[in-house]
Amino acid sequence: MRGGLSKTLALVGAAGLLAVSACGNSDDSGGGDSSANKDVTVFTWWADGGEKAGLDGMVSVFGTECKDYKFVNSAVAGGAGANAKQVLANDLQAGKPPSTFQAHAGAELKDYINAGQVDDVSQLYKDYGLDKAFPQNLIDNLTVDGKIYSIPANIHRANVVWTNPTVLKKANIDATKAPANVDAWIADLTKLKAAGVAAPLGLSKGFAQEMLVETTLLAELGPDKFKGLWDGKTDWAGADVTAALNKYKTLLSFSNADREAIDWSDSLGYVNAGKAGYTLMGDWVAAQQLANKVPETAYTYWPAPGTGDSFQFLADSFTLPTNGADPDGAKCWLKTVGSAEGQKAFNTKKGSIPARSDADPADYPKYQQSAMADWKKDTIVPSCAHGAACTAGQNNDILSALSQFSGSQDVAKLQTALGTAMKTS
Amino acid sequence: MHGRIRTWGPGALVLLPTVLLLGYFVYGLIAWSFNTSLTDRHTARKGPANYVGFENYGNLFGEDRFLNSLKNLGVLTVAFIVGTLIFGLLWALLLEKGVPGESIFRSVYLFPMAISMIASGVVWGWLLNPSQGEDARGLNRLFEILHLSFLENPWWTAGSRWTTMASIAMPAVWQLSGYIMALFLAGFRGIPPELREAARVDGASEFKLYRYVLFPQLSPIALSALIILGHMSLKLFDLIYAITGPNQFRTEVPAIYMWNTLLRSDMAKSAAIAIVMLAVVAVLVIPYVAYTVRQESEE
Repeated sequence: MRGGLSKTLALVGAAGLLAVSACGNSDDSGGGDSSANKDVTVFTWWADGGEKAGLDGMVSVFGTECKDYKFVNSAVAGGAGANAKQVLANDLQAGKPPSTFQAHAGAELKDYINAGQVDDVSQLYKDYGLDKAFPQNLIDNLTVDGKIYSIPANIHRANVVWTNPTVLKKANIDATKAPANVDAWIADLTKLKAAGVAAPLGLSKGFAQEMLVETTLLAELGPDKFKGLWDGKTDWAGADVTAALNKYKTLLSFSNADREAIDWSDSLGYVNAGKAGYTLMGDWVAAQQLANKVPETAYTYWPAPGTGDSFQFLADSFTLPTNGADPDGAKCWLKTVGSAEGQKAFNTKKGSIPARSDADPADYPKYQQSAMADWKKDTIVPSCAHGAACTAGQNNDILSALSQFSGSQDVAKLQTALGTAMKTS
Repeated sequence: MHGRIRTWGPGALVLLPTVLLLGYFVYGLIAWSFNTSLTDRHTARKGPANYVGFENYGNLFGEDRFLNSLKNLGVLTVAFIVGTLIFGLLWALLLEKGVPGESIFRSVYLFPMAISMIASGVVWGWLLNPSQGEDARGLNRLFEILHLSFLENPWWTAGSRWTTMASIAMPAVWQLSGYIMALFLAGFRGIPPELREAARVDGASEFKLYRYVLFPQLSPIALSALIILGHMSLKLFDLIYAITGPNQFRTEVPAIYMWNTLLRSDMAKSAAIAIVMLAVVAVLVIPYVAYTVRQESEE
């Protein structure tokens, strides 16, 4: 008993010492400067691969631009941001926001805006000249009730189809040219199936199906009506939506049976292995193919059929949390994020393109060069699957409805469920 | 007066930390959740919320998605309990007969319980791959190799609610059957050998011996097993999350739905789901607790 007690005391004492030394550490990092804490805590889910390399690039620019501040990495790995968002929600709920945090640009920010957790950064756009550097079309997509709440670091394109030319040759299909519309694509898929490719369209679970629905809607409705679906101006119950969803149902019939059980990298693997001819996925595939050492001759890519004039975008962006510890440091980070050097350092590594329209394509690899050209001339439309067009809640309801549809194939039910999902917040 | 305090004082002092901790972290937070479930706190915004009575509950029970999750849960629970009891009892019977190397079998059957559900869920997610025929992977591949292709099936990705949730219950049955086996085995060993001998002397057949002498004595164990399995099944989250992911309508149960709702900061709704789950577990557990308390006081 006595031994137990003294052990306990020793433990408590040790814990006390640790606490004291921890205090000492934080004093040191303050450098004796009494004015403010100079740490800038940047919360992201970029923990490895090209994303981490991109972040490191941005940090080195931050190091030279903002010499007064120290970058503190607060990345949470795993689940494509799902884990990070949970940690972030806890911190925000507890009133301890990081200096700045990563979030998908656009409607997904509404949850934070409604909760009063992020500040308006419109003034920073003017201060840093971002209102001129970013395309007006993008700024319109980011504006919520006349205010902008984040600064995008990069742009990805969602409506891209990746093909395997060797497979398409079996049915004498030209892999370099996109079918004119969804019907033409379905005709090609039918030919491929007849040529012995059992599941010519590689498809995976969750957001991959959501992206396919979105591009089908975009192709059938056109960019204006498609945008209206997300801001309430287009009726989800319309006959044109029904027609588009029926085409989506037809597309599903060309996909692999295990679509509910695999991830997007697996369905890309089906294409690379020649089991499937096509897969629809965002342009991070280009970086993945590079990482997997798939030669550029082994695949082709084009905008999803019928969406050639539209650039369906998604963007990672940084925010200014309300009541953050050191807003000046956070603003300096945001300045870096929006700057030409910051965007270049980040995007050349991550495999995305800069949001600024004044970047030099020569600095980027082949795929990004074509994407940058499209970014300048195409109509910019948002993606729901990646938070640009709808909130996390709406996205969750849509994913649930699509997983139900994958089994039941009930178009009427899907259409009602999608309409209901967009009515919630 | 002093004497009295001496008798109950130390006991109360020892109990006090437990009572305080449980009171706050269990019952206090249940009350907190219930309170939240009566409000319109549908965002993460701080500040006062309005009370809306039982509106959140009304909305939940009028919602396809929630009713679907409840039905899934019901089917899962039946499949899980029946499967686990059958396999647990079967293994216990076999081992009870005294096979050579009994301890090895016992360990083999018990080991799956040592694996966390999230880990086994990841592996079962691969095993339950729905591809069939030439592309088959996982268990279907095994069937393909053994020329048992009629056994191949799409598992949880297609078919009725029963086939879907039975596929999900399968890994849980695999994990928990060993535990139920251990419970029953202990029960068999606890029955005095005189009873068997007496029954045999009286000329009872082996079947009658089990049916009328041994099984009735196992009924308290069967009841405990039922309660343990039942409440585990009602709270099942990690296994389903790992096998199918969080956004799968076909396999969604209230625990997963609650998590999804919480992620979108709808505090009131997720609290309401939590309270419904608590009520469902309470329906199962409270009669059992009442029953055991009565039994103990009778003894």
